[in-house]
Amino acid sequence: MLLNDGIPRAEDLAKVTPTDERLKKGPVVIVECFQEIPCDPCVKACKRGAITMPGGINDIPLVDFDLCNGCSLCISMCPGLAIFVVDKTWSEDRARVLIPYEYLPVPEVGQSVTGMDRAGKELGSFEVVKVNSGGKKNKTWTISIAVPQELAMEVRGINV
Amino acid sequence: MKTIEILVIGGGPAGLCAAISAASLGAKVLIVERDEIPGGQLVKQTHKFFGSEKQYAGDRGIHIGQMLVENAQNDPNIEIWHASTVLSIYEDGVVTVEHEEKHTKVKPEKIIVATGAAENFLGFPGNDMPGVYGAGAVQTLMNVAGVMPAKRVLMIGAGNIGLIVAYQLKQAGVEVAAVIRRSPVIDGYLVHASKIQRAAIPILTRHTILHAYGDGKVEGAVIVKVGEDKKPIPGQEIDIKCDAICLAVGLSPLTELCWQAGCKMAYISELSGHVPIVDDNLETTVKGIYCAGDVSGVEEASSAMVEGRLAGVSAALSLGYGKGAAIGLQKEAQKELRQLRDGPMGNHIRKGLAKMEHNRL
Ligand SMILES: Cc1cc2nc3c(=O)[nH]c(=O)nc-3n(C[C@H](O)[C@H](O)[C@H](O)COP(=O)(O)OP(=O)(O)OC[C@H]3O[C@@H](n4cnc5c(N)ncnc54)[C@H](O)[C@@H]3O)c2cc1C
Ligand code: SF4
Ligand code: SF4
Repeated sequence: MLLNDGIPRAEDLAKVTPTDERLKKGPVVIVECFQEIPCDPCVKACKRGAITMPGGINDIPLVDFDLCNGCSLCISMCPGLAIFVVDKTWSEDRARVLIPYEYLPVPEVGQSVTGMDRAGKELGSFEVVKVNSGGKKNKTWTISIAVPQELAMEVRGINV
Repeated sequence: MKTIEILVIGGGPAGLCAAISAASLGAKVLIVERDEIPGGQLVKQTHKFFGSEKQYAGDRGIHIGQMLVENAQNDPNIEIWHASTVLSIYEDGVVTVEHEEKHTKVKPEKIIVATGAAENFLGFPGNDMPGVYGAGAVQTLMNVAGVMPAKRVLMIGAGNIGLIVAYQLKQAGVEVAAVIRRSPVIDGYLVHASKIQRAAIPILTRHTILHAYGDGKVEGAVIVKVGEDKKPIPGQEIDIKCDAICLAVGLSPLTELCWQAGCKMAYISELSGHVPIVDDNLETTVKGIYCAGDVSGVEEASSAMVEGRLAGVSAALSLGYGKGAAIGLQKEAQKELRQLRDGPMGNHIRKGLAKMEHNRL
């Protein structure tokens, strides 16, 4: 269980996964934050108002997938590194997954990196298609990798 | 003897915010900090902090610390003594400080104690060997001194400190064999736990350390699974090869000065130990002595900063400063604290504070 080992399970993920219909429309945010903690930078980060906490700072982030356009601005703002963007429309057979990254070295576009699931299990080698710096102060990178469609909801970490 | 309106003991987030808020109302403040660099725990926190915008959430602890130190240094009402340790508070209100290698006396009108907390140790055979560290020491070595503390580490404790230091070890290129915790549930934030699981660092709840071994220094440890009764299950031992064992098993408030000053103290487990009893404005039972931050209950930097602000405003007001604004500022800080402690993660703090209130009577 998540509470025992920190690995989100299917029942947790069901709460934060958009419908297939929404996934087919374009990139969308997946906020894997399941606990009521005093934290709200994600709310401030989203200029489209797609993430809210109606009950205050201890709420679990509430996501409106229809307001989210998958711009990925929120990824590097989350101190929990819990926000991802998935784009299943990227190509016929491959989806793009955007992952926050705070290790060295920082990968380059075109490079192959190892993709890992939520338990740190290696899922294969995937191409880096975009690298975004969070800036001098923020320092969290957002790495986009292209993965087979069926792994879009599995790959959540990379090893360079 | 040096005289000053407000003496702040400790230059962590609580002490710095206390000084800045009191000085902004016009009070003259002296901060005495035992370390070379002020900032308290923040100087080694390279990760981003939680909380909300008002507590600089999303910024890295180290940047929050630098910003607070700069604000304090640039304030003409604030003087900072570095590498100076407060030794004692006497009945007549005189405070002695080791400053520039001399025993110096300070006579403040008000005192704000913001000394923070100290790490707990854990008893097990072999814990006296080189290679057994507190998590704070490992963090200081890595993030302040730039020294690699070990090659392969076993982390004991899955609270926020254990989880975050495990992550920072991995960032520094150190292998983390596992993070273990005796109880069945992770007590740190789950987002931190998920982050390190993704990086292939296993978190083993229901596991405890039996002993460390090695020839003159740590070469490994034997851990074991525990049952419902928290007792080791025979046959479930695991041998872990590692050259360091890192302890992140909680903090205890650093309250010696409060005891000395004669503040009424109470043992409140939810606040992590013996703490001074304070009122809504953080004044202790000794008039003119205030407490803020981890010293009056181990919590977070976010709440430590708000408490600092509250104690600073209260001390300044008692000296006659900020008559128009101070009451509003106190109310605002009290409200922010309530919001931070509002959720399930604040349960134990709320319980602890209820006990504190009971002890006031
Ligand atoms: C690994 C780790 C991760 C953390 N992560 C977070 C986080 O993500 N978010 C968050 O909000 N909080 C976090 N915290 C907690 C946070 O750092 C503390 O709650 C906060 O620093 C407490 O502030 P303080 O000012 O009360 O104490 P401290 O920061 O401990 O400062 C106390 C200061 O007083 C000085 N001092 C003590 N005694 C004396 C004396 N006699 N004379 C002079 N000076 C003295 C000390 O040198 C120290 O500088 C973390 C803590 C750790 C260890
Ligand atoms: S991806 Fe962009 S639009 Fe979607 S929640 Fe994040 S910041 Fe908002
Ligand atoms: S910023 Fe990240 S960790 Fe904080 S509440 Fe939002 S999703 Fe959770």
